[in-house]
Amino acid sequence: MTGKGKREKGNVLLEIRDLHATVEGREILRGIDLTVRAGEVHAIMGPNGSGKSTLAQVLAGHPAYTVTAGSASYEDKDLLAMTPEARAREGVFLAFQYPVAIRGITNAYFLRSAVNAIRKHRGEEELGPVEFMDSLEEKLKIIGWDDSYLNRPVNDGFSGGEKKRNEILQLAVLDPKLAILDETDSGLDIDALKTVAQTVEKLRRPDNATVIVTHYYRILTHIQPDVVHVLSAGRIVKSGGKELALELEERGYDWIREAAPVV
Amino acid sequence: MTEHYVRDFQAFASNGAAGAPAWLREIREGAIARFTELGFPTMKQEAWRFTSVAPIAETHFTPPASRLPQLAIRDVDALSVSGTGEGPRIVFVDGRYAPGLSSLAGLPQGVEATSLAEATRSGPGGELARRHLARYAPWQDSAFAALNTAFLADGAFVHVAADTVLAQPLEVLFLATSGTAGTDGPTVSHPRSLFVVERGAQAALIESYASIGEGLYWTNAVTETVVGEGARVELYRVQREGRSAYHVATTQSRQERDSYLAFHALTLGGSLARHDITTVLDGTGAELILNGLYVLGGSQHADHHTVIDHAQPHCASHEFFNGVLAQRAHGVFNGRIIVRPGAQRTDSKQTNNNLLLSTEARADSQPQLEIYADDVKCTHGSTVGPLDQTALYYLRSRGLSPEAAQSLVTYGFAAEILGRMQRPDVRERLDRLVRAGLE
Repeated sequence: MTGKGKREKGNVLLEIRDLHATVEGREILRGIDLTVRAGEVHAIMGPNGSGKSTLAQVLAGHPAYTVTAGSASYEDKDLLAMTPEARAREGVFLAFQYPVAIRGITNAYFLRSAVNAIRKHRGEEELGPVEFMDSLEEKLKIIGWDDSYLNRPVNDGFSGGEKKRNEILQLAVLDPKLAILDETDSGLDIDALKTVAQTVEKLRRPDNATVIVTHYYRILTHIQPDVVHVLSAGRIVKSGGKELALELEERGYDWIREAAPVV
Repeated sequence: MTEHYVRDFQAFASNGAAGAPAWLREIREGAIARFTELGFPTMKQEAWRFTSVAPIAETHFTPPASRLPQLAIRDVDALSVSGTGEGPRIVFVDGRYAPGLSSLAGLPQGVEATSLAEATRSGPGGELARRHLARYAPWQDSAFAALNTAFLADGAFVHVAADTVLAQPLEVLFLATSGTAGTDGPTVSHPRSLFVVERGAQAALIESYASIGEGLYWTNAVTETVVGEGARVELYRVQREGRSAYHVATTQSRQERDSYLAFHALTLGGSLARHDITTVLDGTGAELILNGLYVLGGSQHADHHTVIDHAQPHCASHEFFNGVLAQRAHGVFNGRIIVRPGAQRTDSKQTNNNLLLSTEARADSQPQLEIYADDVKCTHGSTVGPLDQTALYYLRSRGLSPEAAQSLVTYGFAAEILGRMQRPDVRERLDRLVRAGLE
């Protein structure tokens, strides 16, 4: 645990063991092992095609991916046996690399539907439109948006950067225990990147964790990761502190590929 | 198949309708003659290739009983889009004016809403009707418009004088009673409307079709709308005929210079529906929003043929039609945009999106651009497809159940259209009707 001094280790939130997954018959994940504890920020880096996004989508429950071996538990429950909505209600959140447009449905309506689905699951009272808008105000400020974004249809006609900010707004509003950011930093200008990073830092608490899936070092100049992992050919081939990210930035990914065991 | 209409016409022309002015009698005579020449269209004709009107042609429809049926005001309130008799409304039962069910108190000075029978009588009002009535709807080209015109006796006449503001929407409600009226066999009515909004005026209008009873009947409607120079009109058209009904309609509008028309067309009812919408942008700087939605289920069939005619330069038209089709429903959309020679700087955009909720549902979408000017911006796009699985997964990943995700994505197709309606009260009311239709 770098840069944090002495700290009690948090409970294990996510435990992945020897995870294998395929899409359209092709094996993409070939034995992932990963442990994420409460309070931690992990960065998963790797070249294109190494399986980063597949890992993120498998954890969120994308129906196109098939888990062929291994396990993933979340708070000691079998994550892989849960439906996507059950994972979300239990506090798992994936910020999509390619957020999906929902035509005709305003962002406000969508966000409230999501918040209420989770509140209902927790046995809490659902929020009406007015209460919900009040609760949103502060979160909007965090990402530097005004309400105009709330009355636009979800991601419909949004620029790439707006879509990513919208994912971060959802992250702030849904306040998950385990957040997975799938290349949220790609395609962002420096201001948007800072906003994303600051939001993640603000939301960081001893009882939650964040997994940042990224191709670039850039975002890690604004977020302090506890652990950096390097994914190559569907396996984590190296883990270390932030200095590992720096090394990747300087040397590229080729030395990792060469170092990766041949399957 | 057209002979009995000619006999009915002869009876009609020699009886109740005899009091009409000569100019109108002349139009009717021309129209019935044209109807017999044209006959009912067949699927061999390009404009009818997806829609068979054989059920209409082969049924012996008769005119409704001469006595107006007595309706409870409560029933009329329930079917009125503007709500429980609060707003102004003019009601027609089987195509005939029902003053007892109408409430026109509170219409602002300069707004006239009356029956066409009244409006076509001699006098200054008669002149106005004469200037516009049957001048736009193409009875020379359409058998249905011709038949409606032949039987033109009553209907709605709304006149908004220059620089007048009609802020609270006026509803023109056409109620069909067939199946309850004690007539022999199925009946046909020919609702007719003429809306004239003069220079600089503003008006919100609701044109709605509904039914008391679920029997078989046929509504054959024609509406003509004139939007004067600089006038702004928002027109809501709501078709929720009975589930067994046939609904054929011709809507024709003409816009003058710098005018604005937002036409919202909502199709929910009828077993067989065909709506031909033609709008002519006939003055520079005119703007049109054509915003339609059809929500169909069971074995409903609805066909919308729209023509946007850019006759003058510097006009803008934005057309959006969405369809939600469940079970064995069939939606047809044909959108033609004509840019006339000299109509430079035309800005025209058309989209038609169809959501198929079952493997048996079907949608046919045909855009047609005819551009005879070179400095124009025209775009069109259409989609037909099932629910987007990626969208469903995205919503589920935010905690929504599969059912909630599906209903949200489906509702979004409708909400996209509803969202363009500017009057919150009307929009909410229509939103409720649409939600009921989606269930």
